[in-house]
Amino acid sequence: MKEGVKYTGVPTMEELKATPGLVSEARFESGPVAVIECVQEIPCNPCEKACPFGAIVVGQPITNLPVINEDKCTGCGACVSKCPGLAIFLVHKNYTENTALVEFPYEYFPEPVEGTTVPCGGRDGQYLTDGVVVKARKSKATDGTTLVAVEVPKEFYMSVRTICRKGGK
Amino acid sequence: MRVVKHPILPDDTDCDITIYCDGKAIPAKRGEPIAAALLAAGIRVFRETAKKNFPRGIFCGIGRCTDCVMTVDGQPNVRTCVTLVRDGMQVETQKGLGRWAEEA
Amino acid sequence: MRKVQTVVIGAGPAGLAASIEIAKAGGQVVLIDENSKPGGQLFKQIHKFFGSREHRAGIRGYDIGLQLLKETEDLGVEVMLDSPVYALYQDPEGVMVSYMNQGREKAILGEKVILCTGAAENALVFPGGTLPGVMGAGCAQTMINVNRVLPGQKIIMVGSGNVGLIVSYQLMQAGADVLALIEAAPSIGGYGVHAGKIRRAGTPILVGHTIKRVLGKTQVEAVEIVALDEKFQPIEGTEQILEADTVCIAVGLTPLTELAWLAGCQFTFIPVLGGHIPIHDDNMASTVPGLYVAGDIAGAEEASTAMEEGRLAGIAASEALGLYTDEQAEPLKEAVWNRMNTLRTGPFGQKRFDAKVQMLATAKGGK
Repeated sequence: MKEGVKYTGVPTMEELKATPGLVSEARFESGPVAVIECVQEIPCNPCEKACPFGAIVVGQPITNLPVINEDKCTGCGACVSKCPGLAIFLVHKNYTENTALVEFPYEYFPEPVEGTTVPCGGRDGQYLTDGVVVKARKSKATDGTTLVAVEVPKEFYMSVRTICRKGGK
Repeated sequence: MRVVKHPILPDDTDCDITIYCDGKAIPAKRGEPIAAALLAAGIRVFRETAKKNFPRGIFCGIGRCTDCVMTVDGQPNVRTCVTLVRDGMQVETQKGLGRWAEEA
Repeated sequence: MRKVQTVVIGAGPAGLAASIEIAKAGGQVVLIDENSKPGGQLFKQIHKFFGSREHRAGIRGYDIGLQLLKETEDLGVEVMLDSPVYALYQDPEGVMVSYMNQGREKAILGEKVILCTGAAENALVFPGGTLPGVMGAGCAQTMINVNRVLPGQKIIMVGSGNVGLIVSYQLMQAGADVLALIEAAPSIGGYGVHAGKIRRAGTPILVGHTIKRVLGKTQVEAVEIVALDEKFQPIEGTEQILEADTVCIAVGLTPLTELAWLAGCQFTFIPVLGGHIPIHDDNMASTVPGLYVAGDIAGAEEASTAMEEGRLAGIAASEALGLYTDEQAEPLKEAVWNRMNTLRTGPFGQKRFDAKVQMLATAKGGK
C-alpha cells in the first residue's frame, strides 16, 4: 500500500516537512503557531489574506504552497477557519509542562463540549490519546466552522489533528 | 430520515403538508420535491420496470435520468426528483410505463 | 412571438453570471430554467470555495449563489422558472427558443442565446447497479444539503474525484456513516485536502478497488468490492463484502448538450472535459451564429470556472450586440481569461487548461 497524500489522503511527515508551511522545531517551543498542512499545488490563497500579521505568503501564481514566516506568526489562529481545505492547525506545544494544545477546524456533530474528555485521532482518524476540549467555538468570522482546541499529552503535538468519529476508545 | 439539525446549515423547517403514497399518508414540506418526502419516510422503491418488474428508485436527482418517475395524481411518468409536493397529492408506485387515470 | 436581445438558458452559476454581465452592459436578458428554483447545482455546495478573493474563495457555495441571485434581482434580470426548453432553431434574426410554460408551448426569439445547461452524472454498470439505493453522488448531495433528507445511512462512495470526496464529507456532516470510498485508479483523483478531511473522520480510501456487484432484493443490502491490478483487472480472492444500504456513484460528469446538437452546433470529443463538447472560440461562441455556450456544457469543470465562462459569454454577446465597443469589451474579457487561467493551473488544473487550448485550436481550425 503506497504512502503519501496522493494514495491515501494522509500526507506523510516527509511531505509535510517538504512544505514551507511547517515551522522549525525551535519555533514550536516559543509559543502557539500555525501549522499549514497544504502539500499540493492548487489555486487557492484565502490563508494569505486571513493573516492579520502578514505571516502567510502565497503570492503568484496562487498555486504556490503557502509560506509561513515563523517570526511574524503570533499563533492567533485567524487562518484556521479560513482555509477551505481545513488544512491549517494551531499548535501550542508548551501549553503546560506536560501537555500541548492542538486546535483544528471541525464541522461535524456531535458538537464538542468544552471541558469534556474526547478520543483524539491523527491524520488517518485512528485513536491516539484522550484529550480535554479546552475550546469549542463558532463565530461570524468562522462562517459555520467550529474551532476546537484539545489538550493532549505533549508528545502528540504533531500527530493529533481531530476528534475520533469512528473506532475511538 | 430528515436532517433537522446540521453542523453548518440552519435548522430545517417542519413538515407542514401531507401527501399520500399508495394510499399511505406521508408528511411533507412545502417546497420540496416528492422524492425527498418519500426518502425521508424510508420509501426507496418508486417503480417497477415494464418487462421484468425490477425495482427502481432515484438516481441522478436533477431531472435528467427518469429513473425516479411515478404516477402522480393520475399522471404517469412524473419525475419525482424535480416535481414539488402539494397538500393531498396522490403518488403511486408505477408499474412499467404507467397508465393515465382516465384509462384505468 | 416575443423577440428579445438575449436569452440565457439555464440559471446555474454560468447562466446567472452571463445574465448579470448582459444586464450590466445595459442589455435585455431573459433567463430561463426548467427547475422551480434558480441556482443549478450551486446551492448544494455548502463547502467553502477555493481560488482567490476575485473568485469569491473562502465563501460557501450557497452564499455565492445568494450573491448572484441578488445581483440578478438588483439588475432587473427577467427570470422564467418551471420552463423547460425543448428545442432551438436557427433563425435569420438570431436563435428561436421553444419552451414549455404552465403546460403551454411557447417560443421566444433571442438575437443572442447563451446555453448554460450544465452536466449530469455518469452511471456505472455493475450487477445490482439499478437497485434503489444506488444513486449519483450529486443526487445524495442535493438530498442532504438542499432537501435536508438522508438518502441512506451506511454509504459506499465510488470515485475519488472532488465530487466523491466532498460529498462523502457532507454525508458525514448530515449524520450518515461513509463506510469506505473506493477508487479504481491507483491514486486519488481529487484534492489531498478533501481526502485528508474524510481520512481524519475515519473513512478508509481504497484505491485500486471497484464494485463487483451490489446485493439486495428491492434495495441495496450489501456491496461486494474487489481489488484491481495495474491493468484494472479484478484480482481473484480479494473480494470483500461491506454491509451498506447506499452506493453513491461519483465517476465523472457528462455535459448536457442535447440543445446544442439540436441547434446544429459542431462538436469535438475531449475526454478530459467529459466527452462530446460543442466547439467554442475564445468568446464562448459556438459554430451556430448567435449561439454561445458556457459552464459545464462546454466542459465539466467546477462552479468557479462556470461563473467565469458565463461572464465571458455575457460580455462577448453584449459586444456582439453593440452594447460594448471593442475597446470596452477587450479589458473585461482579458480579466475573465486571467481569472479562468488561474483556476486552470497546477497539477489538477493543467489538464483542463490544455483541453481548452485544444478546443480553441479546433475552433480556429474549422472542424
